[in-house]
Amino acid sequence: MSDAVLDKQVKTQKTRKRRVDPEIGVSLSWKTLKMQKQLIFMSVPIAIYLIIFNYAPIWGWLMAFQNYRPALPFGKQEWVGLQQFQFLFSDETFMMVLRNTIAMSFINLVLGTVTAIGLALLLNEIKAKFFKRIVQSISYLPHFLSWVIAAGIVATSLSIDDGIVNIILMKLHLIKEPIMWLSEGKYFWGIIGASNVWKEVGWGTIIYLAAITSIDPSLYEAASMDGAKRFQKMRYVTLPGIKATFVILLIMNIGHILDAGFELQYLLGNGLTVDWSQTIDIFVVKYGIAMGNYSLATAAGIFKTIVSVILVFIANYIAKRLGEERLV
Amino acid sequence: MKAVTKSSGRIEPIVFHTINTIFMLFVVAITLYPFLHTLAVSFNDGSDTLAGGIYFWPRAWTMENYRAVFITGTIYHAAFISVSRTVLSTVFGVFLTTMLAYTLAQQQYIFRKKISMLFILTMYFNAGLIPNYFLIKELGLLHSFMVYILPSLVSAFNLIILRTYIRSLPGSLTESAKIDGAGDFRIFWKIIFPLCTPVLATVALFIAVGAWNSWFDTFLYASSDIKLSTLQYEMMKLLGSTMSTNNDPSALAGNQHNQAQALVTPASIRAAITIVTAVPILFVYPFLQKYFVVGLNLGSVKE
Repeated sequence: MSDAVLDKQVKTQKTRKRRVDPEIGVSLSWKTLKMQKQLIFMSVPIAIYLIIFNYAPIWGWLMAFQNYRPALPFGKQEWVGLQQFQFLFSDETFMMVLRNTIAMSFINLVLGTVTAIGLALLLNEIKAKFFKRIVQSISYLPHFLSWVIAAGIVATSLSIDDGIVNIILMKLHLIKEPIMWLSEGKYFWGIIGASNVWKEVGWGTIIYLAAITSIDPSLYEAASMDGAKRFQKMRYVTLPGIKATFVILLIMNIGHILDAGFELQYLLGNGLTVDWSQTIDIFVVKYGIAMGNYSLATAAGIFKTIVSVILVFIANYIAKRLGEERLV
Repeated sequence: MKAVTKSSGRIEPIVFHTINTIFMLFVVAITLYPFLHTLAVSFNDGSDTLAGGIYFWPRAWTMENYRAVFITGTIYHAAFISVSRTVLSTVFGVFLTTMLAYTLAQQQYIFRKKISMLFILTMYFNAGLIPNYFLIKELGLLHSFMVYILPSLVSAFNLIILRTYIRSLPGSLTESAKIDGAGDFRIFWKIIFPLCTPVLATVALFIAVGAWNSWFDTFLYASSDIKLSTLQYEMMKLLGSTMSTNNDPSALAGNQHNQAQALVTPASIRAAITIVTAVPILFVYPFLQKYFVVGLNLGSVKE
């Protein structure tokens, strides 16, 4: 008897749940299809578009397992198994490209996050609303410019005869003669990192600043009562308050660790710095489009995609285990 | 002891705020200086610029650089292509993304999870450059204007922003319409779409900026076709030709042609084109600012 009661209770709970979350009650049937025909009409064509433009190209992955020659029909291509991948990972250039990509990506990620959080913390301390808004608006202005314009600006600022960077460094007597920044590989990663900060720091700040604003003010009051100073409040209230935002952005960015960027490196790199400036994306363009080695370039692309997806899932899993916000 | 803490408590905020304000002014200066410098160079006589020493203000005023930019027919055409691709991408992109976001915001929609997953996956999953190139080729989009519009119509990021926003709207708004027999399309078009205005502005800005700023698709899919050149691509060619260590022979040839028009140097032309290319965005963004802050935060909200 008690079993029956329990059963009934479970059942009512289920029906109640069904009313709250209608999704459970909907099953794939002609009736639902007919009922939702307008929703289907509004979304399925776009999904098909997506499949064509984002998923259909996956058939091209087959090229990575062939010695693809454009002149031959698909059936006549020579299959070579994992040879392209073997070549890729024994290729010195690819290893260098991989190193450059990860290094620049890592620099951008760390530098970008630290400066964005730092600027957000400092902006948050500004009491004059008007001044705060002006600084903010100006700081994210470069985000809206293309990398072409940004690259032009970087090149101008670093130029040897009239670049502002050299002029300032010389006036400060830090260097004796102008440095040819863009002609030496050892400066390249730093230049990319600094350019990224210049272009994106304001934009990155927006989200952290919003997270800071949403922290409960009573936490700050309580901290003040306990005698916390400005920096202690930052350390013990603000930083924990933006942790969730930080984690979710980190997960989102980790998937892009092999996207160090293409444009700036392509535009600023040159023959002298090629060992430091080439990224996977440039490698793909160079081997694939310019040299016509489609198979090798496709193999590099596959490697990149698979690493990205794996990294996102790992990051997401770790975040889940740590009880943090997560993406999927 | 007490006196010390008291006085330091009074001085500390002043010191901190002074340093902080100076730092903020430094941030502003670093961000703005390159633009002011470029603006100054663009209005300065080309050969005079070569002598160096131009900072915030042109020394030898001239409109010659802008005249040189606008004298070539290509720039008008490039501007036309840039504007058309931006407008078309934005209009279609905003409409389609919102429509899709509306359907994916409906909890009871049977394909909701499947389609959402398909889109979210694209943020990390990409077939890669070469397969995409082949697709574009197979679809006959090489050297066609549609290559600027079609491949990037709906992005997952914008979709998430819009879906989050639509979900946050009170359900009672649409319920009465449903009872009155309105279909989903009608509800979307008459109720949801108008209500989304602030986020639409954000998404429109994101799409427009992306379309306006891209040059890589021209480079990849239409570089041999001068009729499809965009402003950014023209900039990119100029950049290649003016960076001392970079030498692309075709771009250099174009360069000498420019130099023939007295007193104009590649550097000053580049400055003028930079201003021409940047100005539209610099004019638009202050108006949309208050919206995209909202939009960006919505984008970060978890599913």
